[in-house]
Amino acid sequence: MTALSVAVFFPLAVAVLLLMLRRPRARAVMWAWVGATALDLVLVAALWVGYVFGDAAGDGFGYEASSRWIPSVGVGYHIGVDGISLPLLTMTAVLFLACAIYSVHAVPRRRAREYAVLFLFLQSVSLGLFVSLDLILFFVFFDLSIVGMYAVIAGWGHGQAGRSALQFFLYTFTGSLALLLGFIVLYLGSQPRTFDMVELARQQPLAGTGLAGGLALLAVGVGLAVKTPTVPVHTWLPPAHTDAPAAGSAILAGVLLKMGAYGFVRIAMPLLPGAWRDYAWVIVVVGVVSVLYGALVALAQPGFKRMVAYTSVNHMGYIVLGLGAVGVAGSDAADAEAATLAVTGSVVQMVSHGLLTGALFLLSGVLYERGGTYAMGAYGGVAGLTPRFAAVTAVAALGALGLPGLSGFIAEFQIFTGSFGAVPVAVALALPGIVITAALFLRALRRIFLGDRALPAGARMVDLSRPEMASIVPLLALSVLIGVVPIVLVEIVVPAAQAVVAAVTT
Amino acid sequence: MEVTSAAGLAALLPEAVVALTAVAGLLVGSWLPRGRQGWVRGLAVVAALGALAGAAGGLGGTPIALASGYAVDTATGVARVVVLVGVVVVLVLSADHVAGSRRESEFCVLVLLGGLGAMVVAGASDLLVLAVGVLLASVPLYALAGFGKDAGGTEAALKYYLVGALLGVVLLAGVTLLLGAGGATSYAELSVALPKAPAGVVTAGTVAVLAGLLFKAGAVPAHFWVPDVAEGASAPVAAFVTTVPKIGAVVAIYRLGTQLEVADVVAWPALVAVVAAASMTLGNLAAFFTGQVRRLLGYSTIAQVGYVLLAAAAAGQTGLALPGLLYYLAAYLVTNLGAFAVVCALPRAATPDDYAGLFRRRPWLALGLTVCLLGFVGTPPTAVFVGKLSVFAAGVDAGLAWLVVLAVANTVASLFYYLRWLRPVFRQVPLGSVSKPTVAEARSWPGEFTSPGRWSARVAVAAAVATLGVGVAAEAFLSGVQGARLLP
Repeated sequence: MTALSVAVFFPLAVAVLLLMLRRPRARAVMWAWVGATALDLVLVAALWVGYVFGDAAGDGFGYEASSRWIPSVGVGYHIGVDGISLPLLTMTAVLFLACAIYSVHAVPRRRAREYAVLFLFLQSVSLGLFVSLDLILFFVFFDLSIVGMYAVIAGWGHGQAGRSALQFFLYTFTGSLALLLGFIVLYLGSQPRTFDMVELARQQPLAGTGLAGGLALLAVGVGLAVKTPTVPVHTWLPPAHTDAPAAGSAILAGVLLKMGAYGFVRIAMPLLPGAWRDYAWVIVVVGVVSVLYGALVALAQPGFKRMVAYTSVNHMGYIVLGLGAVGVAGSDAADAEAATLAVTGSVVQMVSHGLLTGALFLLSGVLYERGGTYAMGAYGGVAGLTPRFAAVTAVAALGALGLPGLSGFIAEFQIFTGSFGAVPVAVALALPGIVITAALFLRALRRIFLGDRALPAGARMVDLSRPEMASIVPLLALSVLIGVVPIVLVEIVVPAAQAVVAAVTT
Repeated sequence: MEVTSAAGLAALLPEAVVALTAVAGLLVGSWLPRGRQGWVRGLAVVAALGALAGAAGGLGGTPIALASGYAVDTATGVARVVVLVGVVVVLVLSADHVAGSRRESEFCVLVLLGGLGAMVVAGASDLLVLAVGVLLASVPLYALAGFGKDAGGTEAALKYYLVGALLGVVLLAGVTLLLGAGGATSYAELSVALPKAPAGVVTAGTVAVLAGLLFKAGAVPAHFWVPDVAEGASAPVAAFVTTVPKIGAVVAIYRLGTQLEVADVVAWPALVAVVAAASMTLGNLAAFFTGQVRRLLGYSTIAQVGYVLLAAAAAGQTGLALPGLLYYLAAYLVTNLGAFAVVCALPRAATPDDYAGLFRRRPWLALGLTVCLLGFVGTPPTAVFVGKLSVFAAGVDAGLAWLVVLAVANTVASLFYYLRWLRPVFRQVPLGSVSKPTVAEARSWPGEFTSPGRWSARVAVAAAVATLGVGVAAEAFLSGVQGARLLP
């Protein structure tokens, strides 16, 4: 059992232990959950340190472990991390810890154990996905994340939770099966047949096949696009986010959406580079449309949480745009450098969006818990009552709109700069997305926190509690860290981004 | 290799053990006092386990053809193991229902005979042996379906019998036609003779034989009895009838398709592909509109057999087809028996809403049901997931991409009704409906409940664990069937 496997499966082991206990006290369960996620974060941080300073990196993957699982159908247990997966792994561990701390008081005691078990299960699944180097292993985690999140929304959501959860399940499950079809095509094209990503990247099974490669990319692309989500397959996202419990939304937006975007970088680009180049313009268009559509629809939302949900479509659109631009880029050194910048920006955006949107969803949970509604029109002048809440929300919103000094700026700046040479028109079209996002976040801050005081009936506006601060503030601190000293993140991403660019452009 | 010697007879050990035990059980049962019939079930379980050990032990052995009428190859070997596992599970499962009944021994003997029939169907490489096998796999099941002597069971038995009698005759007619066209009944001789025979007769005969097998498999268009038996017969019988005969029938369809060599005359792959497409689609559509969990499971088995037939349609065109088919059958058996075991454990719960609050009351049973139903959908890492993966891969490899896409669409659609059943399970409002059956209700079935639902619940949890185990440790099962080929 390697250290990486331990980090992945430790939360699951704790979950099983919790299930075995006979009638545990709710409080003990909650603190066990927090302790487990904290310990897991320490493990992941140690992996990071070892990766940066040790010789784990090398040319390939760090902490690589490969063992036979179902060799008869070419499936192996192959895991490892590189500069793209390690930041996401760390972000995942951070966000799950934040959600655990946030939930200590926010969950009904009677069902605390089930909740904690589900989140620990989801944590193992998410960590596992980001370290998978085998398509089927990836798919296993991909599918299980859907099941786990369905249970979270259906079991602890509010509003029309059952309906939203079903919609989420059906949509993303359809996507996952499309993904599976694409994987099968890749598998059947390889010789010897395998689902191993590294081996497939070496073999390039569908290179030069034209139609087969295009169909495989279509299947894989649709599967990942549903999860990312991009326009036009994003419609599951707003209801799922709105009706999920706050911690569930944070995980859904922060971690689960990244699975789609990560899949593009890890699977679609290196395994189907020819098709990626052929259809790069489609991907760029989807990215630009997602950016603009997400921003415009978010602008029209009266509810705070739904608005944040739509900005996710916008933020993920930048990633798709940046990755699509790589397929258009030429193959000389300057182009490759620009493309590397775009990929790096995309990865930074994944991390940044996870931290900031995670924080925003937890904050929207605070709003709902205090006021009983997400409708921004029902609030006004709340800053006077809850200064800490107002300040923290302001920082998160400014980060999300791309203010320099926070991580969102670094990410979007890199994406735009890296993509401009390859797709200048698309970048020009996408730029207004930033302006719209800025407008809607500032407007939301003004409506809720400033102006004349107004509160929904029965509201009890108390300021952020200590667990709430302890869960949300570190997320923002990390965002500021990346914004001020981006090198700590970028230096680890760049080599891996270069490898992806090299795979696509040559 | 054709043998008729002692080695050949040894290869038939599992079948022989089951047949002799059935006879012995009947004799012993008629001498035992009414209250002591449990001995027969014990005997049946021990014998089935013994046969299972024999069948499993013979898996790696050299394929043997017996008098060109019965092939003991990998497919037969796996089918025997899977069928015997099913027999053992159903015998244990029925403990809640028939233990102490005065007809307990008859029940066990009928289950053994039905299992024997399924094994013979799987191994038959001669049309007459196939016909005998189909009869043996049918007649005991008619009796089992009506075993409870209640209204639902009687209706189920009647429908089952009528459809079965009709398609049994069709099968015999097909055998006659092929005999007339080819002058023989063994697949080996027919494969030589049929390509030269009149195309019309060969087509009619092949389709008629296929129709008889589709009845046993519970596939469209011979599926009408499935939901009625699933709902009307007692739960353990429903579990048996919708699971075990399918194993034999699907293997027989595969064997027929690869060995009869009628490809020039009959568009066999296309025919099976259409049947597969119709089964998965109609099964799913019908399951949408049913409010009874047992009917829902019945329709779900129709859909599941459609996925397996996808591998049968790919037969002969890819080496992935047979391993995928055999693995899927095993995965399906475990999952389906698990789901039915939950139904057996809660005899009073008829609709999904009756399962409300099950998780709070009986968490392990609820988790078992969750694993089995999500398993049906193909959620990894359950067994059916690996089954679907290999079957889909076989389909794409054989150029049946359209059918695979249809199967994927059906998988998504099936999620709907499985979730409709699962959602109440985790609901917070505990209704009074999920509770142990009252004594009066228990009495309405042959024999009183000695331990209501206890064995069934154990079986359900064990099956759920097995579903996960067979999926995670799929290699242990797949490596045995990898590169498997039928006897020529």
